[in-house]
Amino acid sequence: MKILVGIKRVVDYSVRIQVKKDGSGVETGGVKLSINPFDEIALEEALRIREKGVQAEVVAVSIGPADVQQQLRTALAMGADRATLVETTDAVQPLMAARVFLELVKRENADLVILGKQAIDDDCNQTGQMLAALWDRPQATFASAVELKGKTLRVTREVDAGLEVMDVDLPAVITTDLRLNTPRFVKMPDIMKAKSKPLATLKLAELGVAPAPALEYVSYAAPTPRSGGRKLESVQALVKELRDRGVLS
Amino acid sequence: MTIQRDVMQYDVVVVGAGPAGLAFAIRLKQLAPAKTVCVLEKGAQVGAHILSGCVMEPAALDELLPDWRKTPPTICVPAAKDEFALLTKTSRYKLPTPPQMENQGNFIISLGQLCAWLGTQAEALGIDVFPGFTAAAPLIEDGKVTGVRCGDMGVQKDGTPGPNFAAGVDIHAGITVLAEGCRGSVSKKLITEFRLDADRSPQTYGLGFKELWHVPGGRVQPGLIQHTVGWPLDSGTYGGSFLYHLDQDRVYVGFVVGLDYADPGFQPFEAFQQFKNHPSVKPLLDGGEILSSGARTIIEGGIQSLPRLEMPGALLIGDAAGTINVAKIKGVHMALRSGMLAAAHVAEHGASTGFDTRWRNSPSAKELRTVRNIRPGFRWGLWAGLVNAALETVTFGLLPWTLKNHADWSSLQKRSAAAQSADDYVTRTLPPRDRLASVYFATTTHDEHQPAHLKVSDTDICATRCAEEFGNPCTRFCPAQVYEMVEDGGKKRLQINAANCVHCKACDIKDPYEIITWTTPEGGSGPNYQNL
Repeated sequence: MKILVGIKRVVDYSVRIQVKKDGSGVETGGVKLSINPFDEIALEEALRIREKGVQAEVVAVSIGPADVQQQLRTALAMGADRATLVETTDAVQPLMAARVFLELVKRENADLVILGKQAIDDDCNQTGQMLAALWDRPQATFASAVELKGKTLRVTREVDAGLEVMDVDLPAVITTDLRLNTPRFVKMPDIMKAKSKPLATLKLAELGVAPAPALEYVSYAAPTPRSGGRKLESVQALVKELRDRGVLS
Repeated sequence: MTIQRDVMQYDVVVVGAGPAGLAFAIRLKQLAPAKTVCVLEKGAQVGAHILSGCVMEPAALDELLPDWRKTPPTICVPAAKDEFALLTKTSRYKLPTPPQMENQGNFIISLGQLCAWLGTQAEALGIDVFPGFTAAAPLIEDGKVTGVRCGDMGVQKDGTPGPNFAAGVDIHAGITVLAEGCRGSVSKKLITEFRLDADRSPQTYGLGFKELWHVPGGRVQPGLIQHTVGWPLDSGTYGGSFLYHLDQDRVYVGFVVGLDYADPGFQPFEAFQQFKNHPSVKPLLDGGEILSSGARTIIEGGIQSLPRLEMPGALLIGDAAGTINVAKIKGVHMALRSGMLAAAHVAEHGASTGFDTRWRNSPSAKELRTVRNIRPGFRWGLWAGLVNAALETVTFGLLPWTLKNHADWSSLQKRSAAAQSADDYVTRTLPPRDRLASVYFATTTHDEHQPAHLKVSDTDICATRCAEEFGNPCTRFCPAQVYEMVEDGGKKRLQINAANCVHCKACDIKDPYEIITWTTPEGGSGPNYQNL
């Protein structure tokens, strides 16, 4: 089988985000960029399916500028067999990403697409669902466990009520939740091997996908900082304060 | 349980992707393209653990990569004007700028950014740069360094391999180059193992703090370089401040304290914050915001404390050895030059033998010899230190003596003997409120499941002798509040908040019983400095 995994480059989770002074976005110059953590989980799951003895080829796919190759090399070092970069300098929005994946799914004849449930930069949580709709195939989102049974996948989903178990027929789209797995560490010899693994580059136009943005971002602003708390002498003082402010009657 | 380790073979392995290590690797590839070279970097990316003032003398970089000026780092402001002043609690007195501290032709840069750029240059030359991988220990065979062992990943709190365990690789190399910067953990082991500091004056260090601020428009004068001595330090404590004005309403503000201070109650972090609230400084910062911050120790012993730079199979370069020119408060050009000279040596001889002599005959050594007595002169106090510095400067360091340094861990006075520091601090209003608020701007991360990387060999001392004699100074000198004494069942006990660590190494240096050892945590841990 062939598994496509989405790899989005995002500002690293450890970075303190700074909004640009003109409110047009967040600062990305000089900050650490890495693979979206949910996408790392997606790749790890694909590798685990392969390592359980299923004949599978794992293809890491990213959309973005040329230097996203760096993150794809990391994906190859983790264990992906090959990688495809769909090159564009346009902002990557969910609908466009879904269309790109649809084209690649057709070209590659993929059996399974594993995506992160959302990217930690825009928190959209849409691409997997949109792809399933465009592709007209089943989807299982927020997966916390995945088990391959022949031509079906048994997926455990984290939902409000608890855990929901469902079977989906392949080909299908699944999106990963945090507890699905813990991604492996990249090993140094594998970084060296990854340098010679195939990494193909396609232009967005070659796939016939228009970059036309479906969403317009109006402005960005940092959350208002919390104003400092205050220590009160006694419970009585607290009750009085709360009464004065009309919280207690 | 024996751990299976992969082995990787290189002609040269470099530990540390700072200015010295990267200059070495780049120059070696320029001179001997066939040599295989890898560079290990414990930070998650190149530059993440780099913190420096930093006003750079560009000549060494011009020599290494003449095209650097075409694509300068985004923080690169030509030096415009120097100011040197003495502070008292309420006033500021202008002093003549010492000749070593004049900066015409120099650049205020972010050394972290410069190193990130050098990293890409190195990779373009075919050097394997591995950020996120630590050199945990040297490999030594038959009295010769044969490489390094990389740190394991995925070790659990109790020291056993976790589900994602990945054994560190052994890197075998003909030459191992230690470029870890000040107080490198592998360098420290090798200096002891090969007695590289025999007959040398003890090493001495400083602790530096730095913040990058964005301030309201119209206050910054790009290129202005301001240094102060005096308040909030008493005259017996060595140190001072820097304020480097950048473009786009940004400034670097920092403070350095000599770790040979005597009062165990002294808090270096507090001194830095006090400085920012001085009436001559606060108006610049007030209403601005901190963009990033961090701390790092500085090696200040100079040439009399400089260890031998070679041992069988390995070399020490840059501040892993201590090539910084403290009188100039500049180390980048010296680090670059020591890396380049070592590369020339390795390209010509393929061995470490002879490098120590070669460096000591180089212009860098002459530069350090000239200023050798300036830093140690400050142990007589600020005024005598300044007079001595002036004397050494006008005589070009030709006076026939060399002053000794003293080990920082031994300089603390016991609480019973220490003079109560006069409390002439001001009320602070500028952020950060405390050390934990400051660490937030260093964006330091350590996976909490790993064992603490700060090893204290005898924690009983903390609760007994140290509490009695020094009042646990580790709880005060650590810039990240890693060390805390907590109540536990009616007794005091040391708690190590290792996840806060910013890898400054002050604890490894200043703890008065020499029981704290800084070791490498999991690769990629530690601060993620931006633009420092």
